[in-house]
Amino acid sequence: MIAFVTYKMILVLVIFTITLAIAAYSTYAERKVAAFLQDRVGPDRAGPFGIFQPLADGLKFIYKEEIIPNVSNKLLFVFGPCIAMLTALMAGVVVPWGDTVFIGGKEYSLQITDLNIGILYVFGVVSIGVYGIMIGGWSSNNKFSLLGAIRASAQMISYEIAMGLAIIALVLMTGTLSLREITMQQAGGLGGDWNFWNVVYQPLGFLIFIVCAFAECNRTPFDLPECETELVGGYHTEYSSMKLGFYLFAEYINMFISSAVISTLYFGGFNFPFMNNLGLDHNMISIIGTIVLFAKIVFFIFFFMWIRWTIPRFRYDQLMNLGWKIMIPLAIFNIALCALISLYINR
Amino acid sequence: MTLYLFYFLSFVAIFSALLVVFSKNPVYSVLYLIITFFAIAGHYVLLNAQFLAAVHVIVYAGAIMVLFLYVIMLLNLNQESEPHKSNLIKIAAVVCGGLLMTVLIGTLRGASQVVHQPGKDIGLVKNLGKILFTEFLFPFEVSSILLLAAMVGVVMIGKGEDNSVNR
Repeated sequence: MIAFVTYKMILVLVIFTITLAIAAYSTYAERKVAAFLQDRVGPDRAGPFGIFQPLADGLKFIYKEEIIPNVSNKLLFVFGPCIAMLTALMAGVVVPWGDTVFIGGKEYSLQITDLNIGILYVFGVVSIGVYGIMIGGWSSNNKFSLLGAIRASAQMISYEIAMGLAIIALVLMTGTLSLREITMQQAGGLGGDWNFWNVVYQPLGFLIFIVCAFAECNRTPFDLPECETELVGGYHTEYSSMKLGFYLFAEYINMFISSAVISTLYFGGFNFPFMNNLGLDHNMISIIGTIVLFAKIVFFIFFFMWIRWTIPRFRYDQLMNLGWKIMIPLAIFNIALCALISLYINR
Repeated sequence: MTLYLFYFLSFVAIFSALLVVFSKNPVYSVLYLIITFFAIAGHYVLLNAQFLAAVHVIVYAGAIMVLFLYVIMLLNLNQESEPHKSNLIKIAAVVCGGLLMTVLIGTLRGASQVVHQPGKDIGLVKNLGKILFTEFLFPFEVSSILLLAAMVGVVMIGKGEDNSVNR
């Protein structure tokens, strides 16, 4: 019992640290990618190539003066960023970060817990995530914040539906809700055990899912909740210091987690081509698998940034039209198609 | 361990349910109601009904309460702008509430203790799905038609009378 709890504690701590580190370096990567795409240099003052920039930013956030508006609801004003951060970190629990490793003859799974409703858990956490934004926006007692919060919640609810429907099609095909089992079904790939990743069977579902993931993370082209030209700063207009830092950080953690979920659901998770043909032992393959998973995640984070600096923001009515009139019917069509195919082909 | 968790969750559920009624600020009421829903979801997990717990959180806490909060935030209710309620309405509400409580107590008093069957795990997705699509297929389909009817009704009401305005 003690050994089990210790191992889980260590795993939780490691994943927590990695999540925070990746989120911190996403802020750096965001600026570097922006600079690269716009043919600039980007941050290069703090350390070689500016790699200490996140540390400098973090220090700045902590040392900034903290302002809580007098007219705000002070308790909820503090709770807002807490909830945003909490829900952002919670989703990482069910993601399988790697296969099992054997240490001293005992098998340890590189996943905090394997719920048999893994996808639904992620979905539940995502659906609670909107409260952080709503509470923060409302408690600021500021028109811009409230408008930003309302935009955010309307957007997230609208795109959650299409996201859920896209997942249903995937679940129809895999027959399980556990993220680990879904990953295991995609084992192998190219090589001896011929197999495809889910994205090959579910191209439409993947497309819907990734568009909805952009909307759920409030990333451009769906960053209407914090649209500077219309709403000053959106729901975090009144926030300063580390509370603002928490909101921004939560956004990057969400991006990291959704990249992890996309890689797991559609891109084979910790599986990689020729994994069973290399003749390596189980531990080695698990470690390479984890590295491969993180490579996939980094690619998707880059993809998020790439889109941000490529596609301009939607107008709000365009966003709603896309969500309700295109994404949802498309997702329902995808479900019907998958149901028919799995009925007749019986994969 | 499970017993203590049960007592803890029950306490949270009842306490926050009372606060839903007693708090002055409607936004706080909604937030306490969300906590109540989480406590009930915790009860589902204790009964090994993880699927129900997840769906409960997604549907109630994640969707319905967000819309509640949305509307209440837009109304911007506070002490000054709160509409005055007449005493007649208050008395009527108390009588209605009391009657409902009588009915509930009457129903639950006669009910025998529900025996928890440990081996069945009816709350897991596979078992629940099988039972819904075999034994309870008819009620399941009827309830889906009910939901569809409600949805169509909402769209009709939401569209309004004047069709010339809609593009």
